[in-house]
Amino acid sequence: MAISEPPVREMQTRQPVSARRNGRWSGYWHLLMARMRELKREPEVVFWVFVFPLLLALGLGIAFRSKPAAAASIAVVNSANGERPVSALLQPSQQGAFHVQVLEREAALNAFRLGKFDLVVESQGDGGYKYFYDPARPESVLARAQVDDALQAGAGRKDAVFTQSAASSEVGSRYIDFLIPGLLGMNLMNSGMWGVGFALVDMRQRKLLKRFVGTPMRRSDFLLAITSSRLVLMIIEVGLLMSFGVLFFHMRVLGSFWAIALLASLGAVAFGGIGLLTASRAQKIESVSGLINMVMMPMWIFSGVFFSYERFPAVAQPFIKLLPLTALNDALRATILEGAPLLSSAQFGRLLILALWGGISFALALKWFRWT
Amino acid sequence: MGFAIRCRDLRKTYDGKVEAVRGVSLSIAAGECFGLLGPNGAGKTTTIEILEGLLEPTSGEVEILGHAWSRNSRDLREQIGISLQETRLSEKLSVRETIELFGSFYRQPRPAQDVLEELQLTEKADAWVGKLSGGQKQRLAVATALVGNPKILFLDEPTTGLDPQSRRQLWDIIREFQSRGGTVMLTTHYMDEAEKLCDRLAIVDHGQVIAEGSPAELIAKLGGHHVVEFSASGNSDGSALETWRSLPGVESVRDDAGVISLHVDAPHITIPALLDAVERQHAQILHLTTRQASLEDVFVRLTGRHLRED
Ligand SMILES: Nc1ncnc2c1ncn2[C@@H]1O[C@H](COP(=O)(O)OP(=O)(O)OP(=O)(O)O)[C@@H](O)[C@H]1O
Ligand SMILES: [Mg+2]
Repeated sequence: MAISEPPVREMQTRQPVSARRNGRWSGYWHLLMARMRELKREPEVVFWVFVFPLLLALGLGIAFRSKPAAAASIAVVNSANGERPVSALLQPSQQGAFHVQVLEREAALNAFRLGKFDLVVESQGDGGYKYFYDPARPESVLARAQVDDALQAGAGRKDAVFTQSAASSEVGSRYIDFLIPGLLGMNLMNSGMWGVGFALVDMRQRKLLKRFVGTPMRRSDFLLAITSSRLVLMIIEVGLLMSFGVLFFHMRVLGSFWAIALLASLGAVAFGGIGLLTASRAQKIESVSGLINMVMMPMWIFSGVFFSYERFPAVAQPFIKLLPLTALNDALRATILEGAPLLSSAQFGRLLILALWGGISFALALKWFRWT
Repeated sequence: MGFAIRCRDLRKTYDGKVEAVRGVSLSIAAGECFGLLGPNGAGKTTTIEILEGLLEPTSGEVEILGHAWSRNSRDLREQIGISLQETRLSEKLSVRETIELFGSFYRQPRPAQDVLEELQLTEKADAWVGKLSGGQKQRLAVATALVGNPKILFLDEPTTGLDPQSRRQLWDIIREFQSRGGTVMLTTHYMDEAEKLCDRLAIVDHGQVIAEGSPAELIAKLGGHHVVEFSASGNSDGSALETWRSLPGVESVRDDAGVISLHVDAPHITIPALLDAVERQHAQILHLTTRQASLEDVFVRLTGRHLRED
């Protein structure tokens, strides 16, 4: 113990090192690059993160595209004065709102039962009409009202007041306009939860986290690198989905680029935090997969991705609005579709909800996180 | 002489019931290659991970290069290199990218190219990790440990599952590191590896060190340097064992399912006497070999079990 080795000899024994010394951020930078390379080389990631949302938007956008209201199909029962209603319905003033077919009574009623017609009109002996309609079918109810109006007018009824109608199916109020911000939010949630949560548990299971903490790597650099890799992906995701909406569906974006980018970043970081928390202790990818799905399930259903959450009972609304994905979706819709400023009180509340979810999750995750 | 690694009375109890390590004390000098040898579940990994500062001991003290893990841990990490028993490095990164990634964590790493050459991975530098053979993966694991230019190298079962040629390649790399003054601590359950590579070793069983010393010392402690193994036809009851024990030059006797092992100092004296004794019993030798005593014999002698059950 008394005679320690002369330090000079020890210096000689170590290998020549590179002239270059690593800077403070070298570890962080390499971790980020490694993560990006891994993602780029994983075809599944490219598909699920980038292609899948586009396909979903395309499919749903086409299926639910707004089309002009279809003309109502009307069957007129063949009778002595059957010509009267037909000519009334086919008047040029009706603008082709009706498809009319003349059939025998039995045939007309049968076809009506099978859904081929929305309404059956039968002339009565006294100059009046009888309607056969189905109160459970909205288009049948509508057809009855329209046909009744047309026939009354045809018989000389005068309108009590003069009314005007203007058709509105503006860009910004269509389903696709509602859908794309929702898909954006859902994608930020999915890739945050899987990209952070799953990736971390996978690394833990592979003992890679343990191997990393066996080096002088700063743990904060590692978590920062994982989070920033999410932000880089987020920019690509948002860019792709928005350009797609604008190019394919002529979506009109009212909010500014920066407002959208800021919202999306906040969303990505918040869900990154929740992903981190979900992954903080799980040892096996099977268990974290279950956890992630459990966390995301309520938001898929309640947070208004595909349809408005207004349809859920009023008592549930306050809870639904507290979910991070609801806040993100609402905020994205308000900004993208209405150009709402970020600091309006409604938007600010949503940002606060997101920030709280993200912040609290991060804090808890750092406290509980297991590296080994 | 400075100690690179010291620990005193390490204990580790998992979940309050599994006593994996039960009072291990070791002192490893700078420049030494020290081995932990033991069967599956002996507590080797637990011990080495405590020394690496990756696992909290339940009790006991660890000193690496004179420092405790609780302080200076980042500085200590700059000076050690680790290869865990099983790490699956990212499959979609290339060999060079992986080495550079690990190098980036150290203040002054070795150039990746140097490490690639030393570990004979130059040809595979741009191949993805997922496409490497087992031996190449193991060498890469050691490369990530060497890239930080460490003073101490910790290797947990570096050659398990490798073919003989890959094992020898790794041994050369370890010797090379040691010849530059590095300290090596490794675990293994291969006797020949421990004998060839380690200056000193500790045999671990059930969480305790049951013998410690250089391979030669351990074998010498056994008594006989040679082992005579034979099996004979005829009655081999308990009294037969006594007969073998009383032969000249026999230190100890062991009956392993009909195969008798004699530890002897001078086979040329013992063997003729043995043949005579068999003759007198009207029995016949079915099989007889002699060999140098090995660590395996030490282990069997100490525990009554073989090191590897297979
Ligand atoms: N995380 C853990 N939780 C509970 N028990 C554990 C844990 N890790 C190890 N053990 C137990 O501790 C004992 C020692 O395990 P350890 O991994 O240290 O053995 P080993 O000597 O490295 O074995 P091997 O040669 O198989 O690698 C074993 O009985 C094992 O089951
Ligand atoms: Mg082990």
